[in-house]
Parts: sequence; C-alpha cells; structure tokens
Amino acid sequence: MEDTNLNEMKDLVLNYVTKEYIDDDDIRITYDTPLISSGYVDSFSMVSLLVFLENKFKIKIPPSKATPEAFDSVNSIVALVNQYLSK
Amino acid sequence: MASEYDHPSYEELTGNFSWSIAEKELEYNPGDIINIGWYCSDRICMKGKADKIALFYEGFGGIEKKYTFNDIRLAGNTIGTFLRKLGITDGDRVCLFMDRIPELYLSFLGILKTGAIVQPLFSAFGEESLFIRLENAGTRAIMTQKKHLSKVRKIRSKLPLLEFVIIVDAMKPGDLDKGEILFSLDQADPVDKFDIFPSVAETPSVLHYTSGTTGQPKGVKHVHYSIISQYLTTKWVLDIRDDDIYWCTADPGWVTGTSYGIIGPWSLGATQCVLDTGFTAQAWYKFIEKHRITVWYSAPTTIRSLMKAGDEAVREFDLSSLRHLASVGEPLNSEAVIWSERVFGKPFHDTFWQTETGSIMITNFPGMKIKPGSMGKPFPGIKGTVLDPVTYAPISEPGRAGLIAFRPGWPAMMRTYWQNEEKYREKFVNGWYLSGDRSTIDNEGYFWFIGRDDDVINTGGHLVSPFEVESALLEHPAIAESAVTSRPDEINMEVVKAFITLKPGFTPGPDLELDIMNFIRRKLSPLAMPQAVEFMDMLPKTRSGKIMRRLLHAREWGEEIGDISTLEND
Repeated sequence: MEDTNLNEMKDLVLNYVTKEYIDDDDIRITYDTPLISSGYVDSFSMVSLLVFLENKFKIKIPPSKATPEAFDSVNSIVALVNQYLSK
Repeated sequence: MASEYDHPSYEELTGNFSWSIAEKELEYNPGDIINIGWYCSDRICMKGKADKIALFYEGFGGIEKKYTFNDIRLAGNTIGTFLRKLGITDGDRVCLFMDRIPELYLSFLGILKTGAIVQPLFSAFGEESLFIRLENAGTRAIMTQKKHLSKVRKIRSKLPLLEFVIIVDAMKPGDLDKGEILFSLDQADPVDKFDIFPSVAETPSVLHYTSGTTGQPKGVKHVHYSIISQYLTTKWVLDIRDDDIYWCTADPGWVTGTSYGIIGPWSLGATQCVLDTGFTAQAWYKFIEKHRITVWYSAPTTIRSLMKAGDEAVREFDLSSLRHLASVGEPLNSEAVIWSERVFGKPFHDTFWQTETGSIMITNFPGMKIKPGSMGKPFPGIKGTVLDPVTYAPISEPGRAGLIAFRPGWPAMMRTYWQNEEKYREKFVNGWYLSGDRSTIDNEGYFWFIGRDDDVINTGGHLVSPFEVESALLEHPAIAESAVTSRPDEINMEVVKAFITLKPGFTPGPDLELDIMNFIRRKLSPLAMPQAVEFMDMLPKTRSGKIMRRLLHAREWGEEIGDISTLEND
C-alpha cells in the first residue's frame, strides 16, 4: 500500500465507515466528522474497523494505540495507519 | 461514629427493615392506584418541585436541552394523549427504539401514563435482534428515530401485530410508508390534563429483554409496584439527595437505564443529566465538570476505559463536585476501586442485580466498609445466600463457592417471562430465586463474584446468548458449523469469540473473518459481534454429536479442560 496516496486512503476509510456504520442515507460524513464521540461508531464496532484497517493496509496496530481518540475521524485514523505503514 | 450519609447504618437498617418505609415515603397504601409515570412527574410537581430541573440533556454537536419536572409532566401527558388517540390502551406493548434523546425518557413516562407496557430496546440492535423481541412481545407500536427506521422497515412485513411506527424526529411526510406516523414533541400542543391510567401494584409496566444460554431472549415482565424498591435503593445505595446532580451512564435499552436512569431518580425528584454521545474519557470528564455532577452511577467497562486513558486525563478537569460513585453491570475489580480512590478521592461502590431482580440486590452500602473486589452485602430486606449446586441447600461455610440465590418477595422482582411461564418457574428451587451467577461469601458476609453458572457471555455488562450468535452465524453463506464462547478482555471483562467450520468452496482468511464479524454486528448488535473468529477443520463434539462448548471456553480461559471422555474427535 506504499503507493497509495493520502486522499485515496482517506476515501477508502470514509467509504468503508459510511457503508458499514451509517444507517441513515441523509447523513454525510467527511474526513473530519467525529466518529466515536458522535456515537456513529461504538467501542465494540471499533474492533471491526480495526480489523478492516489491518487487513486492508497489511499492518498491525497495537491495542494500546487503538483508542477512541485515534479512531475519532477519518483524518486521525489515516494518520494512525500512516505511522505503521512507514515502519 | 457520625456518618457522612443521611440514613442510618447498614446494620441498623438491616435489623429493622420493611418495604413499608418506601411505601410511607411515597404515601402509598396497599390497594392504592400506583402509576410510575405519575410518581415520576405529577407527584413531584405536587410536592412543590415543578420548576426544579428534572433533565439536563447534551447530545452530539453541542445540542443542549433542559426540562423541569413540570415540563416532563406535560410531555408525558402530551405523548400519552397522542398514543391514546391512536388507540393505544392498557396492556399494549409500545417499544422505545431510540438513542438517549429526551423523547426516550419522556415517552417512557407517557406510555406508562396510558397504562401500556414500555418495551425499551437498545438502539444498536440489528434487525434480527429487533425482530425477535418485537415478535415475542406482540408489540403494537414502536417509537423510533429516522436514523433507525431502515431496520424497522426491513422486518415490518413479518410483524402483523405492529400497527404503528412512530418517528419522533424530522422527516418529510412524503417519505413515510404506510402505518408510519410523525410525532414531534416540540411541535405538539402541551397537554396539561391527562386521565392517567389507574394502574395498581401488579399492573405490568416495563418489559425488558434478556439473554439466556439456550432459546430466544426472554421478556422480563415488571409491574408498577417495582417503584417501591427502585425508589428506596436509589435513595440509600446511590445516596441521592435533594440537591444532587445525578448521572447514570446506562442506556435505557437496558434495565439499569430505566430502574436507575428514570424511575429511581425521578421518583425522588432528583435532577439528572444525560450525555448522548460516544465515549471518550475527555468528553465524559468534561461533562462531569460542566454540570457539577455529584452522584455518578457507571459500569466497570467504562471505569476500566477511563483507567486506560490515564491519570493525566483526570487532572485536566475539575471533578471536585463528585460526592458518591457507584458501579453496576459486571464485577468491579479491586484495581478499579483502588484507582478511583486515588484519582477521584473516593471509591466506586459496586452493586449487583439483574434485569430479573429489577433493583439492586447486593451492594457495597454507603457507610459500610468497602472490600475492593467484593460485591458487598445484600440490601436491607433482601435475603441472599449461596446454594450448593447439587442439593440447593444454603452453604454456611465461608469461602465455599455456590449459586447466588435470593428469597423472592421484594417489590421489583420480575413477575414472569413474557409468554414463557415454564422458563420463569425454572428460576426457582426450594423457594429460592436462582440468579445464574456464582460467588462465595466470606466470614463477614461479603459476596465475592466468581462467574456465570451457564454459558451466557457478560460483555461490558450486557448479556449475550451464545445460542443466539451461533444461530445467526449459521445464516452466513460460508459457515457450516459454529460454536460461540467468551474470551478474556481487559476492558469488557469478556468478549464474544466464534469458532467455525466452513462449507466446501470457502477459504479461511482475514477478509472472511471481517465479513463474518460485520454480518453478526448488523444482524444482532455490536455487542454480539465476535471480536475474533477462529476457523477450524472440525469443532470438538461428543460422540452423540453435541458441540463441546465448554472445551473451547476452557482453552480460551486457560482452565482445566476436565472430562473429555465423551469427545468424539480426539
């Protein structure tokens, strides 16, 4: 995934979150929309989001880093993923 | 020794207890009309607290609302009037399927005022979980939000008894399907006078659903008289006083959110706060600081999540308003009690009770010596013990494990399982109610939790039936067989783990694992979603073909596997 540019990564995560966690068609989330603190993604569902990221980007995110704060927006998620992509 | 609490000591109360204490304080005489909706709003107004704040609400995006006791009285009347005009009448089941928005709390009162039965369901439930519970209850109306409507629509055609789908927030009338109705509390004319249904002690009030090891979820039927227990336990155990600002973090989709998130505090005329956003430590601490919360009733999962966020997060906020802390849902580990004493200057008081018991049964009673990690002692008036699992005789020997059991007779005890009297009767042996949990009792009478006596998974304080998850897994196109058990989890105590075998043509892999997780999350709920899926060539079975779930459980927990002489594929 090293060639994937930042916006493609963001769109990938954004589309996944929209498809899996947003039931209301009228809700449009952006890169900055709070996901956890808004209640769109709960702490249990966060686990499936983590598995998605690890599968898609072939990385391993330590449990200590998979915090509600780190998962609270597409931007923060991609920033977290990038830390492990570059390792 | 002078106590910092308003009530006498645990020993004094235990020695001289009668539920008539609560009846007198609520001015209830046996045989009187008793309606929870009236007790939680009209009566408080009559006591001169009409202008006191009943509810501070804060939602996502900075939305704030506040309601006085007169406001909630009027709202209950208005909702009751609306429902009655539809034809809703006493005994009908009306489901609340909403996030923690004000309409959830206010509709709870409104439904009870009509004499109908409230059926609160967790709004994160998927369509299958929702369907099973609505079908079992024969629900006549559901009140929900636009964001959850798609789940209701998917199952509507299979629910012939569901006449009304009421949407309580903004939606274009043209987008409604047949039988769907818009109701906006903000736009409705407030109703000052409402003919409240004259319910009596045994009139059904609330129907909560809970999971067992086998079979479908069971509807736990409560009655209006439950308020007697809920009032007194809120007053004594949660120690709520007139000037307190109270926060119960539980969702009213579960029993804590109704017994202690609505009935208990409002029957006392207490001000309570509701935060309807997702969890982050900063957001929660900020909420406590902002509203100067004094009494906080939360759950071990949350407390452990706060511990994980670190002490530094606590120090960023002024939490000095906190006076009394309590916890419920699963055993509170001693580390969490000690941590809370260190960072908040006071311990969390663990409480133990269940959907079936309706009110707190065992507790670290305020003023009593706390033993960190212990459940505490039975509430005054509750006779609790542990029973020998074979003879069902009470165990007198301190430290010996047994089944937690209670003598029936407290006001909030369930009256039956909905349409399942047989299962209800199975909960009683030799005159004891069997909780399904195991513990020891030490030489000072303190209970120490061990675990469930069955395969039910307690994850984050919520019960998940392995049977329900296994059945749902079998509907996934790739899965041939399934077994579900728990595995240890640092935050949620335990989480769901699935073991599966695949049908020919399917290959194990991380993408299939994620697909299975999401399949269950959407179908049942995020709580029921396996947090790990293990692909196996075959599941361990007895020679008669029964899957040996206990063997998988023992492996996950590092326990002795025990007798495997009946194992088929060893």
